[in-house]
Amino acid sequence: MYDIENYYNASTIAEAVELLKEHPDARIISGGSDVLIKIREGKFAGTSLVSIRDIKEIKGVERMESGDIYIGAGTVFSHITKDPVIRKWIPVLGEAVDQVGGPQVRNIGTIGGNICNGAVSADSVPTLFSLNALLRLSDGKGGRTVPISRFYLGPGKVDLGPGEILTHVVIPEREYTGYHGHYIKYSMRNAMDIATLSCSVVSRIDAEKGILEDIRITFGVAAPVPYRCIKTETALKGMTVGEELYDAIEKLVREEINPRDSWRASREFRLQIGGEIARRALIRTAELAGGDRS
Amino acid sequence: MKKQMQLVQCTVNGKKVAEYVDVRESLLEMLRNRLGLTSVKKGCEVGECGACTVIIDGETIDSCIYLAVWAEGKDIRTLEGLEKNGELTRIQEAFIEEGAIQCGFCTPGFVMSATVLLERGEKLSREAIKKQMSGNLCRCTGYQNIINAVEKVMNENTDLKKERKETGKTGSGNPDNKE
Amino acid sequence: MVGKSVPRVDAYDKVTGRAKFTDDLILDKCLVAKIYHAKIGNGIVRSIDTSEAEALEGVVKVVTFKDVPDHCYPTPGHPWSVELAHQDIADRNILTGRVRYYGDDIAAVVAEDEVTASRALKLIKVEYEEYPVEIHPRKSMYGSRPPIHLDKKDNVLARSNYFIGNVEEGLKQSETVVKRSYKTPIVQHCHIENPISYAYMEKGRIVIVTSTQIPHIVRRVVGQALGIPWGKVRVIKPYIGGGFGNKQDVLYEPLNAFLTTQVGGRPVKLDVSREETFCNTRTRHSIEYDLAAGVDKEGHLLAKDMMAYSNQGAYASHGHAIAANGLTAWRLQYACPNIRGEAYTIYTNTPVGGAMRAYGIPQASFAIECFMDDIAGEIHMDPLEFRRRNLIRGYYEDAYLKPIAANTNGIFECLKKGADYIHWEEKRREYSDQTGYVRRGVGMSLFCYKTGVWPISLEIAGARLVLNQDGSMQLQLGATEIGQGADTVFSQMAAETLHMDVEDIHIQSFQDTDVTPFDTGAYASRQSFVTGTAVRQCAELMYQKILDYAKTLLPNETRQLSLDHGYIYAQGEPVISLEEVAQESYYSLTNSSAITAEISTQVKKNTIATGCCFAEVEVDIKLGKIKILNIINVHDSGKLINPQLAEMQVHGGMSMGMGYGLSEQLLLDEKTGRPLNGTLLDYKLMTALDTPDLKADFVELDDPMGPYGNKALGEPPAIPCAPAIRNAVLHATGVAFHEIPLTPQRLIEGFVKAGLL
Repeated sequence: MYDIENYYNASTIAEAVELLKEHPDARIISGGSDVLIKIREGKFAGTSLVSIRDIKEIKGVERMESGDIYIGAGTVFSHITKDPVIRKWIPVLGEAVDQVGGPQVRNIGTIGGNICNGAVSADSVPTLFSLNALLRLSDGKGGRTVPISRFYLGPGKVDLGPGEILTHVVIPEREYTGYHGHYIKYSMRNAMDIATLSCSVVSRIDAEKGILEDIRITFGVAAPVPYRCIKTETALKGMTVGEELYDAIEKLVREEINPRDSWRASREFRLQIGGEIARRALIRTAELAGGDRS
Repeated sequence: MKKQMQLVQCTVNGKKVAEYVDVRESLLEMLRNRLGLTSVKKGCEVGECGACTVIIDGETIDSCIYLAVWAEGKDIRTLEGLEKNGELTRIQEAFIEEGAIQCGFCTPGFVMSATVLLERGEKLSREAIKKQMSGNLCRCTGYQNIINAVEKVMNENTDLKKERKETGKTGSGNPDNKE
Repeated sequence: MVGKSVPRVDAYDKVTGRAKFTDDLILDKCLVAKIYHAKIGNGIVRSIDTSEAEALEGVVKVVTFKDVPDHCYPTPGHPWSVELAHQDIADRNILTGRVRYYGDDIAAVVAEDEVTASRALKLIKVEYEEYPVEIHPRKSMYGSRPPIHLDKKDNVLARSNYFIGNVEEGLKQSETVVKRSYKTPIVQHCHIENPISYAYMEKGRIVIVTSTQIPHIVRRVVGQALGIPWGKVRVIKPYIGGGFGNKQDVLYEPLNAFLTTQVGGRPVKLDVSREETFCNTRTRHSIEYDLAAGVDKEGHLLAKDMMAYSNQGAYASHGHAIAANGLTAWRLQYACPNIRGEAYTIYTNTPVGGAMRAYGIPQASFAIECFMDDIAGEIHMDPLEFRRRNLIRGYYEDAYLKPIAANTNGIFECLKKGADYIHWEEKRREYSDQTGYVRRGVGMSLFCYKTGVWPISLEIAGARLVLNQDGSMQLQLGATEIGQGADTVFSQMAAETLHMDVEDIHIQSFQDTDVTPFDTGAYASRQSFVTGTAVRQCAELMYQKILDYAKTLLPNETRQLSLDHGYIYAQGEPVISLEEVAQESYYSLTNSSAITAEISTQVKKNTIATGCCFAEVEVDIKLGKIKILNIINVHDSGKLINPQLAEMQVHGGMSMGMGYGLSEQLLLDEKTGRPLNGTLLDYKLMTALDTPDLKADFVELDDPMGPYGNKALGEPPAIPCAPAIRNAVLHATGVAFHEIPLTPQRLIEGFVKAGLL
């Protein structure tokens, strides 16, 4: 039995916003794999809940005429992985969320929850950063759109106002066309684990010339919030694909990221791993682009 | 803390069920305590062990981190729903044949995970089977014989499909086994 | 029947979900108990205020340490000793005001439901006086103020030592002397079913239904803890979801029994959470070893010396028996004229060490078998060859505890099978000179393991057979099925001796101390050996009783009776069916006397099982990851009663051993001793996706001590994998690690230090 004070169910976005305004102390619950566990642990014990599970508008994936891809915040991980749009246009995201926990959790955990709980280890988030994703937030009126890079305010803290809910994650067409991505989750187990460190590299490579035209590198668990390696990205753009580039990403990433010591892993350890997984992720995207001629 | 009761109507193991549940109740508790389906085991209560795995609308979930009220309108299957008048499903038989059962506490969850996997009718590599079975923890078996059992039935299913294609017979196999 | 892979007798019930575990039997309207755990690591409770908790609607009773009996009781699942000097250490109260580790049990709430009980716990107010926390045994052993237990001023629970020959002299004569230190982590059993019990009163007695390996011992300890006659306690053990030694301890049954007495005998359930299982039940002791050894030019051991420091945690539980068991192993198996061993078991402010699969030997064996590789490295000898030179071939016996002997010894055959499987010589050569960041290696380790606890402790078992009207039989045992397949092999044993089909033996799977014959339970890999002896004797007695009764039904001159699959034969000819005999025994108007047989037997023998592990690994140096490419355990456990079940035991043990070597450890906060990772998410038990394919093989020698030629098998598979993996990593990278688990963090640190990164 969960220690829940009151439970409210919303079946539309408007209803959800209304309920959240009416009960400002209530928390949003979607898949439940995070909130219920925190109730069990005692952190959220006694909380009230507003469920957004029954809101159909925020489920599923759609590619608009513009080419922009809309992912409903209530879409569960396994559905994202299986979705034909994701598989065709941004397979890296489907692969990333296929590394969350285990099969059962992937059948209930939602991408919106993954983003909004603010965990720096969230498996979807580094890739969404590297895809320059936008977040659609609704407040019952016009709502707003925020780049995901500005959504994270601090450890476990996101820019979600009272009475606001995340409805869609948007991947603009220009951000994925011509790009290839690869996500590496580094954890202590191959399943049922959270990332010790994670890295998503999304790159655009001119396969003919073997030139890295654009690259986005994002780390989970390398800083208090998901971290884009802008300095490294800038330094690498325009380089020829090959060993020199791979050595450079490994070295520059280690200089740029700022992981911390914890009982889970030391800073030094995370620096070693960080350089290596960035290197391997880039190599993989180069392979995908057919531009690695070494 | 108020006791908030809510009516839940759903299908459990093929039967229509209507139950008043406490909104604070997990599906695990509803299945065990209200419906007496004690194959659904409680191992961690936080979705980390898979002992409480049940199938909802064709997908496995940990019933410990699923509120009972969410079951409204859903099709739920537990281990109790597999055996019919003493006849086991093929995966249950394979668990016995391959020695995939020891203490038996994780067994119901594993059988449910395997059931969904096999009903998809795909042929997977051993590594891919392991991935699909990795949401269930077992301390007794080292997983070896559990994976063997799943692999065995998966091979039988694909052999059967081949046979059907060759002979043109449709057979009376599993209806969910898409070809 | 013996030697056949018959399906488990409980397989059908388990694969259909019908098998009943404790939580499946709990009565409606059962009250719920929850424990108030200390939020400091060392100190005393200055004051406790439960008034708000008591006032909460739905709370039935709140008890604190002030309410429980003030005498102490022991908890380990050892047979009781009638000699005071050999009795287990009694250092626990049901609840305590003297907090000895983070999470110690101070109070308990009984409420109408779970949420109310949880909320009531939050309303209890406790003020503490805190003492410094010490989690390291080698610091704690110099004492603390106050000591953790008043009667052990230096916090040393026990110390033991022995000397064989003269180690100093032996080291002097040695060509090479090697010294190394090793350390093993605290790990947890992680049975998927947490400990759980419920208790109620009936006719003035306490009934406890509990997930335990040792129902008869639980009965005794509950009696001791509550200070009531043991006959006032009845313990029922349903199917249990794994134990691995944690449930070879009396955990919360005394508290549960006490609580029902406080609510007028109403049923009270005490369901232990996963977090409590990690923090508040038992763990495998962390042990630190300092080893030294000297060898001659040919690589023969001339002297060896072991110092062991075992972290007991806050309460004695199985205590020094764990470290002492490792100390015994140190003097077995390898020939060496001069041996010294010394072990300390030390109280600290950490979760309590208890019994866990293979009882101190995974720790000792890790140290010993890493050390064997390290010595071999020093003298540039192949580690397998070095072991072969020092292993005793054939019979050997313990220097002190004489009945402990390798009456059969298949270690050389085991090593051959293992080496062949892994292609030892070829791969040792192939992987000897690698460069690059991904390297492979092969490693191995071996072990020996006693069967049961004699003569250190008592071995007693009981069995009862009841002949039914149809010629089938009930087999009743105090020994317990805990997942290992005991019920199946006991059924096979009885069927074998009675020349019957296994299907005609109906084993009673639930133990009830009011009914089941006395047996101390599942531990020490004892049951197939000790209880097996009782089953055999009981079946022989039953066999004779059937023939004796049959004789009364047959003509006087009938000779040479025998029983075989439902028929009584005389001189080879069938004369009467067993069913007819049984019917007569029940219903004869002249001579009815239902046939039962019962045995209680003491077993005063012991025999040593052995085996080895060979592993091939690939090390990704830059990522600090180990991939096991191939792994095999080969066991000499005597004759196998059920080859498939035996293989299953080995798989499970290997998985536990690999986790021990690679990923499992319960980490504690330095300041409070609080577990940092006491959940199944943060404690890295291997998943299916982390587990390589496992190979199990056997060498079947017919052991003369075993009732059916069998010896220990349940625990040994968990012993050799961790050191074999470590030795394979050494072969692959040249880096010798001295502490497990070989986590990525530890590997990367080691590789950086060795200049590989």
